[in-house]
Amino acid sequence: MSYSFPFRKVYGPAVVIAVITLCGLLSALFGDGIWDALSWVALIVPLAVIVRYYYSGRRGSVRRPGMSGKAL
Amino acid sequence: MTTSNSIRPQTVRAWYRIHKWSSLICTAFLLMACVTGLPLVFSDELQAVLESHVAPVQADPGAATANVGAMVAQAQARFPSLRPFNVYWDDDEPRIFVNMSPSDKPKDGEIKQAVFDAHTGRLLEIPTDRFNLIGFFLRLHSEMFLGLTGELVMGVMALSFVLSLVSGALVYGPFMRRLSFGTYRADGKPRTRWFDLHNLLGIVTLTWAFVVGATGVMNAISTPLFGLWRAQTMPAILAPYHGKPAPTHLQSVDTTVQEVASAMPAMRITSVLFPNKIFGSPQHYLVWTEGKTPLTSRLMTPALVDVQTGALTISKGLPWYLRALEVSRPLHFGDYGGVPLKIIWALFDVALIVVLLSGVYLWMIRRKAPVEKELNRLVKLEEEKVGVLAR
Repeated sequence: MSYSFPFRKVYGPAVVIAVITLCGLLSALFGDGIWDALSWVALIVPLAVIVRYYYSGRRGSVRRPGMSGKAL
Repeated sequence: MTTSNSIRPQTVRAWYRIHKWSSLICTAFLLMACVTGLPLVFSDELQAVLESHVAPVQADPGAATANVGAMVAQAQARFPSLRPFNVYWDDDEPRIFVNMSPSDKPKDGEIKQAVFDAHTGRLLEIPTDRFNLIGFFLRLHSEMFLGLTGELVMGVMALSFVLSLVSGALVYGPFMRRLSFGTYRADGKPRTRWFDLHNLLGIVTLTWAFVVGATGVMNAISTPLFGLWRAQTMPAILAPYHGKPAPTHLQSVDTTVQEVASAMPAMRITSVLFPNKIFGSPQHYLVWTEGKTPLTSRLMTPALVDVQTGALTISKGLPWYLRALEVSRPLHFGDYGGVPLKIIWALFDVALIVVLLSGVYLWMIRRKAPVEKELNRLVKLEEEKVGVLAR
């Protein structure tokens, strides 16, 4: 009896977002102009991800077959 | 390809407990920090709106600086009972601030300031001691009006927050194993909705929250770190002066500034501290400089100039822990990439507030009962299995 979970499926998107966030946080440190713009674009990504899943959850909440309602 | 990882329920239960307790310890403080941090992100903009000041005369950027010594003398004439504490150069406008203090370690409100036009040398204004909203938020945010004690308490809270982020990321896997990324069941029970929102916002803002939390720890211990640096460097520098009286004649600030500027051409001088037993040296001007490029402008290098002989005693970089502190400051404040970055910072801050509140909600509605019961059941099963194998 133990928890087994597909690591890539569960943590994959999280790792990608973490890398993008880190690039965004660091790029504005390196310089102004293009570096700042790069930082804005990268840091918008995690915020956009929140908005996307929040609204897709609201819209698609009726049809989601086979989804377990329990957390554990 | 899917790699499956197995985690024992005992481990998950331990992480879950760490997540629960480290979060409970810091949540109230963190909510305060998030709410006060929101206006602080825009402190430059708010300062410009809230506090009007007399503008300096517009001059060519390359125009020569007026005599700083004369500014200090004017400030001294205004405040005859005080003595010069430090002089600093404004980042944004050609202004020079002269601070006057009754002692080496001024208390709140004891510093009197005179603001000068950097090019004409004219006295622009003596700012009045009125309520400073930004200062109020900053003190609440960083030390809750408790001084060093408050700073250290906030440091422990920030550390607890970092721990809750790490443990939260670890329980995220087992908790999300049956759900796809970003699941938000808007039609679920409130418990389900807030659980989904806590996971979604928590995992997406994790890196930002970790960076702001960790740099918050660094900022909280900045006072002891600077104390450590002084304790490590000052005794050796001051040893030759042992037994000598305090200096009576001071070399002019202007000579000192020129000396440092020519010795450190890559640096820009930001401030000069007058001889000071607490924050600098009783025998030297402590001149703070910063780099001229965006990357190096965060890195300060101090120079000590003997106030009598003018000898440049030291001009070397700070130790690694103060370098780490300097780099961590912008990453905490979010003030290093223009207004768009500040807006992004504020949005992350709001997301973090939602994570905190949903965490409190989930704990309050006794989500703890089913989760912990389930974890306990699994631990028991695991132990029975191990027991069977051992027999």
